Amino acid sequence: MAEFRLPKNSRIKQGGHFTDSTSEDLKSIYIYRWDPDTGDNPRMDRYDVDTRACGPMVLDILIHIKNSIDSTLTFRRSCREGICGSCSMNINGTNSLACITSAVETKGDIKVYPLPHMSVVKDLVVDLSNFYAQYTSIKPWLQSDSPSPDRERLQSEEERSKLDGLYECILCACCSTSCPSYWWNGDRYLGPAALLQAYRWIADSRDDFTGDRLDQLDDAFKLYRCHTIMNCTRTCPKGLNPAKSIAHIKQAIQERK
Amino acid sequence: MKLELPLAKVKGMGASGEGSHHWWRQRLSALVLIPLTLWFLFSIIDQLGQSHFAVQEWIADPFTAFCLILYSIFMFYHAQLGLQVVIEDYVHNRGIRLGMLLFSKVVLLLFGILAVFSVLRIAL
Repeated sequence: MAEFRLPKNSRIKQGGHFTDSTSEDLKSIYIYRWDPDTGDNPRMDRYDVDTRACGPMVLDILIHIKNSIDSTLTFRRSCREGICGSCSMNINGTNSLACITSAVETKGDIKVYPLPHMSVVKDLVVDLSNFYAQYTSIKPWLQSDSPSPDRERLQSEEERSKLDGLYECILCACCSTSCPSYWWNGDRYLGPAALLQAYRWIADSRDDFTGDRLDQLDDAFKLYRCHTIMNCTRTCPKGLNPAKSIAHIKQAIQERK
Repeated sequence: MKLELPLAKVKGMGASGEGSHHWWRQRLSALVLIPLTLWFLFSIIDQLGQSHFAVQEWIADPFTAFCLILYSIFMFYHAQLGLQVVIEDYVHNRGIRLGMLLFSKVVLLLFGILAVFSVLRIAL
């Protein structure tokens, strides 16, 4: 059965309380901490951070904590401008990128957890091997039996416009890990991110393996676990619509019958 | 111990080639059920307070009997399709899942037959 309660060793305990400085303009941020080396249960550490000492985004606060309060805090980050998809995490109940989520504009305390229902490697870092394998499985590259042209493969403006809203996906996994269907059946359901990427190649006029791609998706679990819950579209930090891509795939499978 | 690589696990035994069929039929049966359910609700409210004999008369009417049989077939079929999705979503043990799927199909099929038979018995 699907598990609705956390196992005993995953239940979260209260953690430490660390204060930045004597400044009065402090913002409290609660962060999920788990260290595989200690064997302890996960805990929520509280940090009171001087927001004037760091940048305006949640990622700026995390970097500030790591630099000046607690160097053991572990999280992924790279570009700090919403294009690499590394710092995806659950911030105040919504999956988002820490680098483009404003901490200043957030009223009250901030609570940061790792992406939901994923196995945690350490603190805010989750294991994405299955997620990346799912992406690999949809063959995210151009496949064509047409003879290779001796120049680039041409596409009209109209054909190219079909990729808008698809090519922008940065594979941060916010959508897939917000999807209840993915939580319960993530081992077999490909999830919104992989399916949006699959549709990106189905919609590409230069790719002539559309039929094979649809064959690979026509499965009660790989595709049809999507029950249009729409969490994916709601949470996407890039403002994309994976649910619509999934609907287009279902439509294409129906049309070829 | 399992050393299977993530990609091998994801690819598994490949796509079953099924799913679209189930999905399409669930949508179609839902569409058919919209007018039938509305008709059923309004008609049954209309029958409130009527005598046993009058209700029997109503069911025996060819149009009513036809609609009730249609409603029973589509309703139980749609319920079976929906229940299958719920079981597939939440029951992960292969043996228990197969058992529950077969059980729900048989039970709903029997209920459907019972409903159609009941209408026919009154109507014929």
